[in-house]
Amino acid sequence: MITRKRLATGACALLAALTVGLLPATTTATADSGPAATDSAKEPPKVELVLDVSGSMRARDIDGQSRMSAAKQAFNEVLDAVPQEVRLGIRTLGADYPGQDRKRGCQDTRPLYPVGPLDRTEAKTAVATLAPTGWTPIGPALLGAAEDLEGGDATKRIVLITDGEDTCAPLDPCEVARDIAAKGIHLVIDTLGLVPDAKTRRQLMCIAEATGGTYTSVHRTKELSGRVRQLVDRAADPVVTPVATDGAERCADAPVLKPGLYADRQVIGTHRWYRVDVLPGQELRASVSVSADRAVNDDYGVLLRAVTLHGREIVRGSEAGDGRTDVISTGLRYPKKDDEEAMDDDTKPAAEPVCLQVSNSFSAPPSVKTTPGMPVELAIDVVDGPGSASDVASFGLGRGWWLLGALALAGFLGGLVWGWLSRWRIAVWRTH
Amino acid sequence: MRTVRRLLTAVALAGAALLGPAATTGLADTATPAPSGSASGDAAAQAGPTEAGTSFRTAAFFRQEQQATAQASTGDYLYWVFPADAGGRPTVTATVTLPETALRHGSSTWRIDVYDGLRRRQPCMYGMQSRVAAREVATVELACTLRPVRASADTWSQDPLPGSYFVRLTATALPEEDSGQPFSVRVGVASRDTGGAYATDGALAVPLVPGATTPETVEALAPEDGWSSGWWSDRWLWTAAGGVLAALAGIGGYVLTRGAGRPSRVPPAA
Repeated sequence: MITRKRLATGACALLAALTVGLLPATTTATADSGPAATDSAKEPPKVELVLDVSGSMRARDIDGQSRMSAAKQAFNEVLDAVPQEVRLGIRTLGADYPGQDRKRGCQDTRPLYPVGPLDRTEAKTAVATLAPTGWTPIGPALLGAAEDLEGGDATKRIVLITDGEDTCAPLDPCEVARDIAAKGIHLVIDTLGLVPDAKTRRQLMCIAEATGGTYTSVHRTKELSGRVRQLVDRAADPVVTPVATDGAERCADAPVLKPGLYADRQVIGTHRWYRVDVLPGQELRASVSVSADRAVNDDYGVLLRAVTLHGREIVRGSEAGDGRTDVISTGLRYPKKDDEEAMDDDTKPAAEPVCLQVSNSFSAPPSVKTTPGMPVELAIDVVDGPGSASDVASFGLGRGWWLLGALALAGFLGGLVWGWLSRWRIAVWRTH
Repeated sequence: MRTVRRLLTAVALAGAALLGPAATTGLADTATPAPSGSASGDAAAQAGPTEAGTSFRTAAFFRQEQQATAQASTGDYLYWVFPADAGGRPTVTATVTLPETALRHGSSTWRIDVYDGLRRRQPCMYGMQSRVAAREVATVELACTLRPVRASADTWSQDPLPGSYFVRLTATALPEEDSGQPFSVRVGVASRDTGGAYATDGALAVPLVPGATTPETVEALAPEDGWSSGWWSDRWLWTAAGGVLAALAGIGGYVLTRGAGRPSRVPPAA
């Protein structure tokens, strides 16, 4: 650990100082090691901006200018500030078909600028040509955007900017968003509503919630550009992407997990099993979080249990809560004792398969669809076991005035006895 | 940790005193890296990250004594993560600057939750963890004092252990038309030294850090002066002081009963 390293460095430095007098800067290396980017050598993150160009964008209610020109202005600013590594694309909805035919109007979405390395001027020119035109097919636009971003293991983000609710029922954009998220491609949809009404707001919040994204309502141009820029920057942040896994109904069939981050789906009111192999002398650490990605009832809980193959529960972590939440999470740790017999035998100690059961106690109103299941994130770590303690107190040391009093009293009594003894000895010696 | 450094300095100074003035120039240099390192870190120490994460995975890292800031939309869940080591009792404070009053339609409830490195929720001993902000109020102050962090605990207990701590801030109740409005927040953590009162025997091999399987992660998420090894506590001082006291009392007791060397009734000439 750092302490030891530092001690060592300090000792080296001291030695150098004492012998040479002047020292090389040995300590600078350890001085400030900030959190390094964990996954820098990864695929570039992909972002698609989905812009509503429907007829309603003509309304002039953002800083006195039309919603469309506010959006264009914001786009210009955002395009200037996009980090170099981000692969950015732009998709429009309702940009081409001005007619009344609903069927055609609801297919009106197209990529304006393909997802890829950004040519700022080209992208800006493309945006400048847009004029408010047609319908608001949000659902199809999201599906299209998900397709544009498909492939690769990069982080993916859709930023949806719209001013009205989807006009293309029965395809509910909220369901579409949940289905996209359930594909396990780590796609987050952030939504921005331009001067939204109640229905638009509800729909956009639902889309954001379904994918773990955020919702923002925009009343000013500055807010719009600032927020979109923030979201694009967020996509550029390095982050560990979880590996998809599929928990089983029973422990015997459960997938064996190595240390890492896993994603799964869990239907309300069901549980899932996973397995981790733990060697003697190792400590298993598991944490789980279940995301509330839809409208659920106000009281909920999650339970994570570590169980042996024979069904004995070793340890559990549980959590319950109420009210608005994004996730509910809990964790547990299980240090497996060193197997002394096995060590004596000089054989390789066998790993113990530990079954992990994840269950949730969410409930949802009947109107809410329960499939696909709720997103579950499982983090597994296996580290060295903790040092064993023979005493609760640190090294058996004491502390406090009672301790001082007791020690002083014991010392005093000891002194008295010793004094008596020596006096008696002198007396004995004298008499002889 | 600080104690270790102090000990080191003491040892260094003793060495310098022994070896005379020739060595001191070098030592002056040895002593500087730590303070200058922290001085250059001071500017950053106050600053902290300016963005927050939106999930446990993306939580923004900051250290104690730093101030993390963020702009977000009401209804967002903001996450930060900070390291806490044994022997401290961290207090998380957050100041939320609410959206303009004109944009708001009613009172909102704000809340911070603290989770440990295993994503287990940690209770607050003291502090207003949740507060209702009336419509006309401009800022909300939240605070949460965790239980003292111990070096070890039973497996089945939820006692705070050295490692990462997540802070989640959100509005738990909000009029629907008020969601998505811009707000800003400032979060800070300060620890009170609990001394040896909570010092325990045994220690985790690796602090409770997410992704602890890889040592680099553990190092990257460490406090400024690294994770402590856990062997030091002021119990050493108490116990040593007790020993000294016992020795003195012992001498006192001995002197009392032994008397003055030879019995007084025996004349010296006898």
